[in-house]
Amino acid sequence: MALSDSPLFALSAARIRSFLREPGAVFWTFGFPLLITVALGIAFRNQGPTRFAVAVAEGPRAAAIVATLKQDDAVDVRMLSATEAAAQLRTGAVLVVVDGGTSPTLSELTYAFDPSRPEAPAARRAIDDRLQRGAGRKDVLTATDRVAVARGSRYVDWLVPGLLGMQLLSGALWGTAWNIVTARQRKLLKRLAATPMRRAHYLLSFRVAGLLFVPVQVLILFVFARVAFGVVVHGSSLAVLALSLLASWSFAGLGLLCASRAENTETANGLINVVTLPMYILSGVFFSSARFPAFVQPAVRLLPLSAFNEALRHIVNDGASLASQGFPLAVLVVWGVLSSVVALRLFRWA
Amino acid sequence: MEAAIRIQGLVKSYGDVVAVAGLDLEIARGECFGLLGPNGAGKTTTVEIMEGLNPPTSGAVEILGLRWDRDGEELRTRIGVALQETKLFDRLTVEETLRLFRSFYPPARALSVETLLNEMQLGEKRGAWVQKLSGGQRQRLAVALGIVGDPDVLFLDEPTTGLDPQSRRALWDTVGALRARGKTIVLTTHYMDEAEFLCDRVAVIDHGKRIALGSPAELIDTIGGHHLVELSCEPAQSPEMFADVIGVRSVRAAGDGVVLSIEETHVALPALFSRLAERGIKPTRVVSRTATLDDVFLSLTGRTLRED
Repeated sequence: MALSDSPLFALSAARIRSFLREPGAVFWTFGFPLLITVALGIAFRNQGPTRFAVAVAEGPRAAAIVATLKQDDAVDVRMLSATEAAAQLRTGAVLVVVDGGTSPTLSELTYAFDPSRPEAPAARRAIDDRLQRGAGRKDVLTATDRVAVARGSRYVDWLVPGLLGMQLLSGALWGTAWNIVTARQRKLLKRLAATPMRRAHYLLSFRVAGLLFVPVQVLILFVFARVAFGVVVHGSSLAVLALSLLASWSFAGLGLLCASRAENTETANGLINVVTLPMYILSGVFFSSARFPAFVQPAVRLLPLSAFNEALRHIVNDGASLASQGFPLAVLVVWGVLSSVVALRLFRWA
Repeated sequence: MEAAIRIQGLVKSYGDVVAVAGLDLEIARGECFGLLGPNGAGKTTTVEIMEGLNPPTSGAVEILGLRWDRDGEELRTRIGVALQETKLFDRLTVEETLRLFRSFYPPARALSVETLLNEMQLGEKRGAWVQKLSGGQRQRLAVALGIVGDPDVLFLDEPTTGLDPQSRRALWDTVGALRARGKTIVLTTHYMDEAEFLCDRVAVIDHGKRIALGSPAELIDTIGGHHLVELSCEPAQSPEMFADVIGVRSVRAAGDGVVLSIEETHVALPALFSRLAERGIKPTRVVSRTATLDDVFLSLTGRTLRED
């Protein structure tokens, strides 16, 4: 029997053809993640030394304060009315508002800032130093700055692996769950169940298709990140690929679970969001999950997307080997096996 | 006759709703058998139980001497199915869809793609996406997928619902050809002309029960005559006025007039007109036509098949 006559091959080919003939699906799988990478890469690109936006409230000493602050390259200073300065502080357009008071001699200063903005306290210290020195304070130590950027330490280096995780999770869930539930809704599942087709073949065809799409996704994202942002894979590319295939297989189990009972695409849509959205936030896609309290950290590490992101960042940014990532790999395997077993028990064909 | 399908005491209920309420059927090999009834009569449920897609609440179902709980795998290779309005893979071509379904059957059984394309007159559309097919072509593809494994029994659920008249006739020819080749075919329909044209025997189903069984001609005989005369008069008359006219088997009221079942038109019509003349009744509308299964259903239930 020719390979093309085997049911698993035919089902996988049907899946891949249907996908490639759906321009929308191709865009969301391969194109959209690139757009996100570009947008975030630009928003968070390294701009050399950080510049702080500062407003000086109008008053008798305001012009002198502005003149002093202008000597500092790191400060972007503007003079505004008290009301306008307060408004800009509220929106984050300026980090600190300096008020020299109403006295014509400079003796008192008020700094208004929101300490919960990460850069505001640093900006306050920098302008205070500049103004104190301008008023005659002498530094007693001589300090020199030397810029040292460690490899893989930029935000974009950290971001790209997380984006791949998000892309694989969403691709596996939508690719599996959406297609299965659509087929159920259209009675195609029922029609297939009336043939001697082995049901495992149908479900496996989704994973076969995934095996072909994942390397393409990985390649496109990392080549693009290399060319556009100079993101370098410090570990082995094969390890990246193997890890991505394992993760995609594991995530497809979750997709199968979402699809096992859902009667219509609205339900499936809801279930997919319930699974993916918490992980996009908790599993460190856009910001590190270290920001969450310590007591939730063990639970967060057990999420499949956290496991993938953790292992991939070690391999890509730190050059770690796949073998050193035992814990995250185990998490992915357990999720993949458990979700598939439960999904198959719940699965409804007709 | 050797039975292809034997059903005894079949019941299917969903909670309080009884879809099939104790059905007995025996369908012979080589027979084209119709399940006729209005929408919601339980036809599709019955057929899906026969196809192994829906477990019965109780009752025995035997297909080709096999049972779904024991011989599911063998049964699935030996039956063919066209569900009511299945949507297939939109972006696969006709040929790709046939090859896909063909791959599920043992190679020794499966018909070649060329045979299927010819038989279902889909040769010109082999490279077209399923999405682009007309309703009739899509339905012919559904039948092609039903026969891809050269089945011993073919189930067709409402095969022509929603098709234009020309596509319906084309599909009838296709099914007729399969029947002529000796396939056992079970089809559900709510079109009486379809059942009359295609079926050797028909079971009329209503509220999950079989209310009549026989060939279309036998069933039409049960209402007392092959010919019907629809008659409206001035002034309006009750059915009793015509009950004793020679050649009239039965009369019932219908709308503002009456419908007479007639044995022999050439005897009954002259007698009917002399009755009208004797009594000075003026006929305003007279229609003579052949009785259909719809009239059978109407006489059995007081409703027409088109009513839900």
